[in-house]
Amino acid sequence: MNEKIYGLMAEFNTPGDLLRAAEKIRGAGYSRWDCFTPFPIHGIDKVMGYRNSLVGWVALAGGAFMFLNVAGLIWFSNAFDYPLIVGGKPMFSVPMTFVPSYIMMIMGGAGGALIGMVALNQLPRLHHPLLFKKRFEGATRDKFIIVIGANDEKFCVTGTKQLLESIGGVNVEIVEDQE
Amino acid sequence: MSEIANIEELKKLAPPAELRRAPVVEGNQGLGWLTDKLSAFAEAKVPLWWKIAFVPAAFAATVIFPICLFYQVFTGVGVWGNNHPNMWGWDIVNFIWWVGVAHAGTLISAMLFLTRQHWRTTIGRMAEAMTVFSVMMAGLYPAIHVGRAWFDWFMFPIPNSNGNWPQFKSPLMWDVFAVNTYLMVSSLFWFMGMIPDFAVMRDRATTRARKAIFSLLAMGWTGSAWQWHNYEKAYVVLCGLCTLLVFTVSSIVGLDFCTSQLAGWHATIFPLYFVIGAVFCGFGMMLVLLTSLRKLCKLETIITKSHIDKVAKLCLVSGLIINYIYLMEIFIAWYSGDPYERWVFGHRFFGHNYAFFGWMLIGINVLLTQLLWIKKIRTNMVALFIIGLFINFGMWSERMVIVVGSTNQDFLPANWGLYHPTMWDIGLYVGTLGAFFMMYLLFVKFLPVIAISEVKGAVPHGDPHHPLGGAQKGGH
Repeated sequence: MNEKIYGLMAEFNTPGDLLRAAEKIRGAGYSRWDCFTPFPIHGIDKVMGYRNSLVGWVALAGGAFMFLNVAGLIWFSNAFDYPLIVGGKPMFSVPMTFVPSYIMMIMGGAGGALIGMVALNQLPRLHHPLLFKKRFEGATRDKFIIVIGANDEKFCVTGTKQLLESIGGVNVEIVEDQE
Repeated sequence: MSEIANIEELKKLAPPAELRRAPVVEGNQGLGWLTDKLSAFAEAKVPLWWKIAFVPAAFAATVIFPICLFYQVFTGVGVWGNNHPNMWGWDIVNFIWWVGVAHAGTLISAMLFLTRQHWRTTIGRMAEAMTVFSVMMAGLYPAIHVGRAWFDWFMFPIPNSNGNWPQFKSPLMWDVFAVNTYLMVSSLFWFMGMIPDFAVMRDRATTRARKAIFSLLAMGWTGSAWQWHNYEKAYVVLCGLCTLLVFTVSSIVGLDFCTSQLAGWHATIFPLYFVIGAVFCGFGMMLVLLTSLRKLCKLETIITKSHIDKVAKLCLVSGLIINYIYLMEIFIAWYSGDPYERWVFGHRFFGHNYAFFGWMLIGINVLLTQLLWIKKIRTNMVALFIIGLFINFGMWSERMVIVVGSTNQDFLPANWGLYHPTMWDIGLYVGTLGAFFMMYLLFVKFLPVIAISEVKGAVPHGDPHHPLGGAQKGGH
């Protein structure tokens, strides 16, 4: 295995071709590979074997954190630290607490979703070997690209290249690792 | 080719033309063409119409706006027309109006996503931008309306040497949280939606500066299946949360009014009233922006007449709900038997001070809106543009009726007084309009104005289960 190689990339012209190819690569036993597409492809999660994304849980945690914190803050500030009688209402009650806590829960959930997405996708990153490839620019346009990583156990420049070509990949190229 | 045979077979099976769903994008072009088309405007030279529109907007935003703002902050609320008994004037009218404009944007981008309406992909980004910029304008008003803007930080729960905390029993306090959250969450949603499109702009960039800017904004997005997997989940979660916000923010603004004892404000329907009013007003603004921008940016095949027709239908639906609420408000005023309540509602339409706005409310929001029943009008862009402008004025009048119409003559004749806006009120409103349109024009010119990746996923070429997307017989 060559350390200078990041992987092999192959282009496909339609999302249907990509899905079929992805199924075959998975069937061939590769584990370190990914599809790069201009938009999410319906059904790709199943082919890639992804389970439910953790982003939802991060958002839930963010929302719950904010809800409890704001409810606690309202109790602390309005009922404990500086109790203030307003219109004879109780110092701490559900109607006065729920709305701001709920609103901040939305803020926490939204922040959690964004942070979860960015963190799980390992963004932001200013460098990626694929972004140096001229042909990779097609992945944000109209090409569907599969990259098989050189760190895959089954990776072999000639064998993998043959596989990618046999399943309909065009312009199979070596991606250099620019570390 | 087997693909073409498939299309012929599909055509035979397809329902008759009038029953078929309108395509998301007209012309049935490939993905590469779509990418070129959708990013063309942001990459082309600045057109003349843009400069002509930008100069007055920028003048209002950078000259009129700061002058009116600083004069008011340095001198006091007295420079406005607000005075006893009309402690709320144009500042609150415009606050609610701007929040309202924002709401349709969230509704289009979030709720239509959750209901899987593919046509939203072409107008969602414009709607979100409208939300972000109008919430910015809305948030400004309460901040300076308090009079001493340098004490605004009292509204945030910051430990301080005076030992004072915000008073959370008041909906006015909840408003601070609601508007700030709305601004934050809609900005996050807007930004996150643009990340894949920033990557498109990055890969298409021809100059070093563009490449550097869009590389930073795209944060190294590659579009891998794993990234999309997490992105889609985050998008659904954000859509759900934004939908909650549509119903929460204006409800809280409504609570500001209905928890008071004032006749004309003290009604349980207010939260719903404000939400629907906001959405209706926002659809009016959406019609104005969409009908003009599709022509000016040459996006007629992307933002099709069918999409505008659907926005107009949604506008009509929200208009009908608001009509029902008007009717219910008047009925309850009569049914309550409260003489003050009846007095206020009588004066909305037959008083001699502000009856003009009352009749604008009926004339525009109730009568003019009914024109949207007619298909010919829903597909006539000029008519929709004008109706959109009128709806914005109609909804502005409604807020005028609610805010000033209810405060100017309350329980005691000693509390009666007239409200007239001063030049500073008018200047500030013009300034916020200028700032909104300036930011919107900048957005249209320099950012991906249509969600490129979403549109590509919604056309047949992007569907792996469609012959054009490469599907073959017997599964994909």
